[in-house]
Amino acid sequence: MAPAGREWVKPALLMAPAILYLTIFIVYPIIDTIIIAFFPEGRFSTESLEYLLYSPLSKFWDAIKFTLILAALVVPIETVLALIATLVLLQPFKGRDTAVYILSIPIAISDVAAGLIWYSMLTSKGFVNKVLIELGVIDSPIYFFGYEFRDRALLAIVLAEVWRSMAIVFIIIFAGAQLIHRELFEAADVFGASFWVKLRHILLPMIKPSIQAALIIRTLFAFQVFAVVWILAGRDIPVLAGEAYYNLVEIHRFDVAALYALIIAILSMTTGFLYLRMLRARHLEV
Amino acid sequence: MRPSDIVRVAFVAALVTWTLLPIVIAVLYSVAPESEYYSDKPIPTSFTLDHMRVLWNLGARDAIVNSIIVGIGTVALSFALGIPAGYALARYVFPGRDLVKLGIVATRMFPVIVIAVSLLKTFLRLGLNDTLPGLILAHTAMALPFVVLISSSVFAGIPRELEEAGYVFGLSSIGVFFRITLPLAAPSLAAAAMFTFLLSWNEVFIASALTLTNRTLPAFILTSALATPTDPIKFAAAVLMIIPALLFILIARRYLITMWAVGR
Repeated sequence: MAPAGREWVKPALLMAPAILYLTIFIVYPIIDTIIIAFFPEGRFSTESLEYLLYSPLSKFWDAIKFTLILAALVVPIETVLALIATLVLLQPFKGRDTAVYILSIPIAISDVAAGLIWYSMLTSKGFVNKVLIELGVIDSPIYFFGYEFRDRALLAIVLAEVWRSMAIVFIIIFAGAQLIHRELFEAADVFGASFWVKLRHILLPMIKPSIQAALIIRTLFAFQVFAVVWILAGRDIPVLAGEAYYNLVEIHRFDVAALYALIIAILSMTTGFLYLRMLRARHLEV
Repeated sequence: MRPSDIVRVAFVAALVTWTLLPIVIAVLYSVAPESEYYSDKPIPTSFTLDHMRVLWNLGARDAIVNSIIVGIGTVALSFALGIPAGYALARYVFPGRDLVKLGIVATRMFPVIVIAVSLLKTFLRLGLNDTLPGLILAHTAMALPFVVLISSSVFAGIPRELEEAGYVFGLSSIGVFFRITLPLAAPSLAAAAMFTFLLSWNEVFIASALTLTNRTLPAFILTSALATPTDPIKFAAAVLMIIPALLFILIARRYLITMWAVGR
């Protein structure tokens, strides 16, 4: 018998192992993390929260600040760049596919490698400094790294993050744009529509769902930014995930690490919820 | 050439350079002799594997072996659990199907950092910390939602008529799956498997938290390779990290766009 019916025993059996696994390894740890953060000795305690907020050793407010600043810089910049890339690569030309593949490379590259790659570009003996000195633009290298150059390190992190994560935004938007039927553009050409009219009235409305999906994914992942920051600035530029790592791995404050993890989770859920609300509201208007 | 074409070519060239140049520089600097790296020449002209060798002896060799074991283990476990679920989502209509799918999307969006704290504590209790099986379990939790969603969209793209033909010829549902559905899905699933391997290969937060002596490559780099004062050794570490990534793009490039076009 073909499996097209409405039976539920078979799909339930097929789904059970995966659902069970995700329950044990994701749902349970979430609950456990709340317990670690707030019930360290079996009783409710706000010690981790007090440490986070008031300890002179805690870098919580800076971590929140830099995480949000990075997300606010990286996500819009890479989305605009990905849109430009989609626009110039939408119509086929010789070598287009190769260009698409090249722009996709960073999707497979880890944050650790991306941080080190940009270190090779921007360190005092890096490519950018050597070229600028060779061209006579500067006499001595521009330092991007070290505590006193924090602002420049932030710039380096933004460059590395945009470079690394633009690929996923590009692939999602480009994939969405590929689904638009060429006839739409041809019809617009017949009526003499300009480039901007086609962009405004065909391309952007059609790829809006892709842009929204990319924005949600990227914003959520931007809150977890870790390795690029850790490699390029260490704790000079604290971020939430970096502080979670520091507390977990280096000083073994499990309760504080758990609290950082929860804050990242809450930030992600709130953002995801807001995005969905906004999208639905706009959906109802149409 | 029309002016608009020139603008397009300029943009494409700029974007391709922006993507490729940092990789090329990191590769060149990783094989440049130290004296040349610390000189003022932007593009080194000599070649040496000294930095690779130092890194290798520092522990990169064991770390790579660990990364490969964990990556393959993660692919095997997440596919064993995820393929049946993906197939069920693609082929059956059952009550709560949309809810299940939404739940899986939600677990995929959930920060992996959250599970790291709890898992480390549990693994310390069970003696699974600093072991490769422990890391495989953790990485599977991260990869499984991806495998379920991607395999579900792969199976949904295979015409049901072909499966029905199999039933007509007397195959059981297991026979149909293994002799018709799976072979048709194999190329896309292979691309998904490679990407799952990369998810594990690239993951650094959980790997650094859960291991101490049995480091995977990114965890080794974050803790040991970063501590070296010699810059080119760090660049060599980056090059070791990106080799599988470049292979993936080279082999699976045709599946890249379709992989992300479906399922969202």
